[in-house]
Amino acid sequence: MTFVAFRSRGAGALAAVLGALPACLVSALPALAHGFAGDRFFPATLLTDDPFVADEMSLPTVTRNPSGPDGSQQTDIGVDLAKRITPDLGITLSDHWTYLQPKGAPAVTGFGAFGAELDYQLFIDGPHEAMGLVGLHSTFAHTGRVQALGAPDFTTLSPVLDLGKGFGDLPNSVDWLRPFAITSNFSFDFPTKTESAGVPNPNVFNYGFAFEYSLEYLQHHVQDVGLSAPFDRMIPLVEASFSTPVNRGLSGTTVGTVQPGVIWAGQHIQLGAEAILPATHDTGRGFGGIVQLHLYLDDLFPNSVGRPLFQY
Amino acid sequence: MRVFAVAFVLLGLACFDGRASAHAFLNRAVPPVGGSVSTPPKELRLFFSEGIELRFSGVTLATADGKAVATAAAQLDPGDNHQLVLPLPALAPGNYKVTWHVVSVDTHRTEGDFTFTVRP
Repeated sequence: MTFVAFRSRGAGALAAVLGALPACLVSALPALAHGFAGDRFFPATLLTDDPFVADEMSLPTVTRNPSGPDGSQQTDIGVDLAKRITPDLGITLSDHWTYLQPKGAPAVTGFGAFGAELDYQLFIDGPHEAMGLVGLHSTFAHTGRVQALGAPDFTTLSPVLDLGKGFGDLPNSVDWLRPFAITSNFSFDFPTKTESAGVPNPNVFNYGFAFEYSLEYLQHHVQDVGLSAPFDRMIPLVEASFSTPVNRGLSGTTVGTVQPGVIWAGQHIQLGAEAILPATHDTGRGFGGIVQLHLYLDDLFPNSVGRPLFQY
Repeated sequence: MRVFAVAFVLLGLACFDGRASAHAFLNRAVPPVGGSVSTPPKELRLFFSEGIELRFSGVTLATADGKAVATAAAQLDPGDNHQLVLPLPALAPGNYKVTWHVVSVDTHRTEGDFTFTVRP
């Protein structure tokens, strides 16, 4: 059985299980809230991973990348589906469709590599507005257009560590700093093939950060400064993400982006928009952009797909 | 198709879920968050974005040095389950800290705290 067939069957089985949730699994007790640590709400960021398990979906995420070093232009339309299995264990499925315009050649379209990640919520510390998560991410071989789009012909396994910290526990003498928060993620790629068609596949160290200033936190936890909708739900932020190969002749060729933008977090959905700026010479030229519609499934559908599969 | 198909199947199934609700965010408060008042307030009123389940919710008040202020139990506004009302005793001038936790009607819990000042 090829992996492609397995994944199709797996996706269908997942949908069938979620659609057949028995009523006995629905608890009358208060449910834990997504992305909350004490007073702090951490939004789902666009570039970097989130330090919490959740029932959420990004559909779509549209990314127009900066021009590549070879002059190519790429646009991606992606979907991410995060589902809690238990209150502390979650799985995320991700996929994207690509439009690639090489310089001086016809455009190419198709799917990129399919990804999945299993995550465990290590801790949530409410009084200190901190949370942490560990996980294992995988992108799968031959799940995208290998020849045309350069999707991998090898699987990559990546252990992940995501952390988040809000600064609401700073003293009141520095009240204006308390709306700040930072999230970070670290992962290490282990490709299952050392080379593909003569091109080396190195181990890669990935790291990223999101620096957030929550106007929601300012307005509702620090000081009522008169912000009204939609500004009282906005979170300006700057994200940065980098990847550095560590072996196989590619050490030191870091690629990465810096992405300033804003997230608006509503009651049931979230909207985000960021500019994409290349952070290194090897990343590309010019600038791009990303926009995202993010759905809070636990708020939209609290009695079905918005709850963990198994509650304890 | 792939994850897109799974996503659309889930959304289709979830259409039978019933009325959507959400986490309760604090929209505003009287006295205001971080604000100051010249007259000691008779009540603390918290306005939330969603209806509140009173039996899982509560509000407490403390002085600046952490000493709890004895109050009656918080109640929902009789005409609006988005408002949580805490009757207050006579407050001396000073800084006060409000600590709240609520469960919205969709069973999600949120919490928060803020300060206000009663001016001399």
